[in-house]
Amino acid sequence: MTGAKARPDWAPYLVLPVVAVLALPAMAFPTWLTLTVAGAAMGMMLFLMASGLTLIFGLMDVLNFAHGAFITLGAYVAVSVLGRLAGLGAADSVMLNLIALAAAVLVAACVSGAVGWAFERVIIRRVYGSHLQQILITVGGLIVAQQLVIVLWGPQPLQIPKPAALRGSFIAGGAAIEAYRMVAVALGLLIFLAMHLVLNRTRIGLLVRAGVENREMVEALGYRIRRLFVGVFVAGTALAGIGGVMWGVYQEIVTPAIGDEMTILIFIVIIIGGLGSVTGCFASAILVGLTANYVGYLSPKLALGCNIALMVAVLLWRPRGLFPVAKQ
Amino acid sequence: MRWRIVSGDRPGHPVATALLLVLLVALAFAPFLFPGTRSVAAAARICIFIVLAASYDILLGYTGIVSFAHTMFFAIGAYGVAIPLANGWIGWDAVLAGGLGGAALAAGIAAAIGLLSLRVRKIFFSMITLAVASLAQLLATQWRDITGGEDGLTFSLPRILSPAFRLLSDPVLGVRIDGRLITYYLIFAVSLALFWLMLRIVNSPFGRVLQAIRENEFRAEALGYRTIVYRTLASALSAGMAAIAGALMALLLRYNGPEATMSFAIMVDVLLMVVIGGMGTLYGPALGAAVIVLAQYYLQPGLQALSDAAGALPLLPALFHPDRWLLWLGVLFILIVYFLPAGIVGSLRRRSRA
Repeated sequence: MTGAKARPDWAPYLVLPVVAVLALPAMAFPTWLTLTVAGAAMGMMLFLMASGLTLIFGLMDVLNFAHGAFITLGAYVAVSVLGRLAGLGAADSVMLNLIALAAAVLVAACVSGAVGWAFERVIIRRVYGSHLQQILITVGGLIVAQQLVIVLWGPQPLQIPKPAALRGSFIAGGAAIEAYRMVAVALGLLIFLAMHLVLNRTRIGLLVRAGVENREMVEALGYRIRRLFVGVFVAGTALAGIGGVMWGVYQEIVTPAIGDEMTILIFIVIIIGGLGSVTGCFASAILVGLTANYVGYLSPKLALGCNIALMVAVLLWRPRGLFPVAKQ
Repeated sequence: MRWRIVSGDRPGHPVATALLLVLLVALAFAPFLFPGTRSVAAAARICIFIVLAASYDILLGYTGIVSFAHTMFFAIGAYGVAIPLANGWIGWDAVLAGGLGGAALAAGIAAAIGLLSLRVRKIFFSMITLAVASLAQLLATQWRDITGGEDGLTFSLPRILSPAFRLLSDPVLGVRIDGRLITYYLIFAVSLALFWLMLRIVNSPFGRVLQAIRENEFRAEALGYRTIVYRTLASALSAGMAAIAGALMALLLRYNGPEATMSFAIMVDVLLMVVIGGMGTLYGPALGAAVIVLAQYYLQPGLQALSDAAGALPLLPALFHPDRWLLWLGVLFILIVYFLPAGIVGSLRRRSRA
């Protein structure tokens, strides 16, 4: 930290509104509203999946290439849970529908978290400190996890029954807005707020933030950061599982590659946001979601490369991401 | 003195030397020692994967950075040859222009990725190569007019390389001297030359700087080496080599498509080859390539047998299903990273030094 009056850095906060406003003249207002909500919903789901990864990296300098496997796992658990609860999901009651979805989210979070705990013990614990070995071993873990999912659920794509009340859309401001997207936005905001509170208002959050800034110092003060890290790892994989449920239900179809497809987007998100920064992860997830939706509408052919172009642009402007973490 | 031709870089252990000599002799006389289309194709695959794995080792072992775009460069070289030939420009000039053009394009893309990402953090490079590789895969499947989409491109080769061509009317040592054989020896000669070139490069002053950066980036920088420039050059070099290997693959298959040269499974194979053989030894990946290619030819039938043997037991037949071979390669990969991190050649070297 330099001086007491470091100038606040406003530029990264302006990126989101600028992108949203720039897109407005290019299309009619109702379309813009639909796309913005869709982009925000996609961004929230991306945030769920990416936030764990960025914290894990920030805290322990571990980049988990197998993070996508937990997304896949979450999505497949949702298939099983919603399949069992088909009665609740198809019922003519918003409450029961939401309960079915909540059950899927909870079970997926528990399963992903438990598998994440085992993964940390078996795979990650032995390779702290060496990036090269971490990348290699987590890629190995990714392959094994993905193949085990295929062994358990089969290689063919599976349908997820979307709860009945969340299928339709409603009209607001002349624009059709899918109900499910609003649920995704609400859940994403809820989790972002919860994370914000835990990180900024609790002692554990204080330690996590301190660990991200300077691990050795926290250890020197007598805290067992390893134990803290296990907690963050489990929470991060549980969040990835929740993200997998939300994304799988959104797509209404799950394939074994669902996690891999998202991993690439997630990497882009955490690079743009600044590795280790939760706020950055939130902002960049929504940025990626918005850009993908706007560009996908304006010029579907360019949609393929627009995320990478966005990342390149951000890196040229700010090589350490929009919200760089103070260390190094 | 005898080792001067490879810059004095010895395999480092009598066993490793012996294995490499056996490999060299076996590949040099493969069509005569193991006649048959299938085994000659396997030998040609080994040659190509030796180049691919060795070029990846320049990056992984000698420079200490992980790229996931290596199969993209492999595919660029393969498409470089496939696209002109499939569009009716059949000739040596097309093969040469396609192969070298592909190599130049691959090196250019690698340099751009390197300059953008290595400037910041090594780990960005891995993530960005993954993103770019997935984009390339999408492009290759979507851009139907040029790449043939999922179906890929089938083409015929210049006359001398086509299977119907006979150089001599009589067989030599019971083997027909036809286009297939000439293709094999073309692949063998180019692979050998490239492998030798890479040995010279990693043992040159340039290669030493790469190793210095891998060992201690900060110190190398303090000594006045511009680490980004060196790493980017290594990345471009490795990409160019991979593209030439891809061109050879296209010649071998007379076909190219996303599955043949670009799939993530090939990336895993290459990682395994380098890690099993020993990162940063160049000889190791050559052995690793031979091991993995041979294993692939025999692993799937073996799994089928296990799956049948497991019979009616729950879950086991699914675990040993021949399509699940990637599962077992993944397990093997994890075990090797844990228990044999130096790989075959690296462990042997350590033993002979002790």
